[in-house]
Amino acid sequence: MPPRDESLWRLIARGRGLPGRFLHAAERSVALGELAAGSSLGCPLAELAGRSVLVATDSQLTAALAMIELDGIVRRLVLCPPDLAAEHIPHIIETAEIDTVVCDCGKADLAVPAHLRRVLCNPEIASAQPRRDPHGPTEWVLMTSGTTGVPKLVVHSLASLVGAIRPNGDTPTERAVWSTFYDIRRYGGLQIFFRAVLGGGSLVLSSARETTADFLARAGGCGVTLISGTPSHWRRALMSPAAGRIAPRYVRLSGEIADQAILDDLRAFYRDAGVAHAFATTEAGVGFAVNDNLAGFPAELIERPGEAVEMKIEDGSLQIRSDRTASRYLGPGGPLRDADGFVDTGDMLDRRGERYFFMGRRGGIINVGGLKVHPEEVEAVLNRHPAVRMSLVKPRKNPFTGAVVVAEVVLRNLPGDAPGAALQSDIIAACRRGLPPHKVPAAIRFVGSLDVGTAGKLARRNA
Amino acid sequence: MSVKSTIFSQFEQVSGEQGKTLAALRDDTLLLESGLDSLCFAIIVARLEDELGVDPFQTATDDKFPVTFGDFVKFYENAAAR
Repeated sequence: MPPRDESLWRLIARGRGLPGRFLHAAERSVALGELAAGSSLGCPLAELAGRSVLVATDSQLTAALAMIELDGIVRRLVLCPPDLAAEHIPHIIETAEIDTVVCDCGKADLAVPAHLRRVLCNPEIASAQPRRDPHGPTEWVLMTSGTTGVPKLVVHSLASLVGAIRPNGDTPTERAVWSTFYDIRRYGGLQIFFRAVLGGGSLVLSSARETTADFLARAGGCGVTLISGTPSHWRRALMSPAAGRIAPRYVRLSGEIADQAILDDLRAFYRDAGVAHAFATTEAGVGFAVNDNLAGFPAELIERPGEAVEMKIEDGSLQIRSDRTASRYLGPGGPLRDADGFVDTGDMLDRRGERYFFMGRRGGIINVGGLKVHPEEVEAVLNRHPAVRMSLVKPRKNPFTGAVVVAEVVLRNLPGDAPGAALQSDIIAACRRGLPPHKVPAAIRFVGSLDVGTAGKLARRNA
Repeated sequence: MSVKSTIFSQFEQVSGEQGKTLAALRDDTLLLESGLDSLCFAIIVARLEDELGVDPFQTATDDKFPVTFGDFVKFYENAAAR
């Protein structure tokens, strides 16, 4: 972990040679070295010292440049995710005491009140001798990805955000080129951004305007070596004819439960890659990564006092304490940590032998006649069926049991798999072998695709 | 397939899946004595919604809650006719 008074720019500039390191966006690439003799921002950095800044750019590239330039200068840096509803912006501006908005003249600018100072961020780096005198530590504020309501504002520091990263720790034989399906203004994507810029590599940014196939082709063209996404991102990628356009040596999954089927599929497809799944949340920070190619994680990770990341289970839910957790919420949202400093993740665990498995979210439980069902545990069984690419399990109201479990299924479209009654019965039969009766989907519907939200997670209406 | 035969085949299918012994179904067979439990009925209702496009249990009607197999069939026939 870096010293607390070091700014992001100083850490980057001190790392391995800047020349040859890039931020690659769909529209253009920027060499990190350009920032040594120029600035992306439309005003001198000194004018922004101590300000509370909302980064509301349209493009991830300008957001990345603003983050690099503003850390250590501004008092507070609030990152707007791409799908933030305009109606939430006034609340965020008030709660975070925003006085300055960084924008890039994209559509996201429209909802910002005129009385705030606007600073333009331009990916064409203007030559200048930027004075990067640190002003003090910057509060980083991220938004949670809840599907409804006002997002919570989660306060981190640079130290908590990069706590899981060893700066320049590994010495890869080749230069690392990172990429992620995530947007870097969300926790999962931001982790990859920091790994790239602090780890001596380059970064290929995704773009909301690009298809999965175009993104994979572009990432492959940039020589991506390490790439991360949610299991839903990866299932989509494997459905794309362009999946073979990348040849990574490391594939990482996070943000959703990685079931055995997707781990096996990725290992079979990217034979030269290590496949790891990591647990992290915006509030709890990075918990751990699992590298043994198995779903779940070893039970020995729980209850190890004195470790950098301490984990325990209360009422079935994973609790985490470490210096990577966020410190608090801005505005309403209640305490983020309990009196002992643990963050309750709300992710429910089940122990089977010497391993824990994620069952799903505490709030996502379906009640079938008084018996609990986590949609994710049923999806994990469905996804093991050879004909199934991905699935979504949800409740359907029922007069006899209150609710039943039903499933929407996307097929792999293998030859001989006709989406008919016979395949339905076969999939249900497979579920009956792997699940107690109340967890078996009462009905299965074949669909062409499933909705994946901008945070890369399967859209669950009740989540 | 008629509404009645669709329902009949779902009773047979679900009882088989759930390992239940289905009683001989006549119009006056009491549902509680059909050999099926709540989960079986829950599954049958969910599947019939997909097959027939109706769930009469969720649409407010004047029909009383079915007690016999005949009531159950009528319940669906009325809903399908609406």
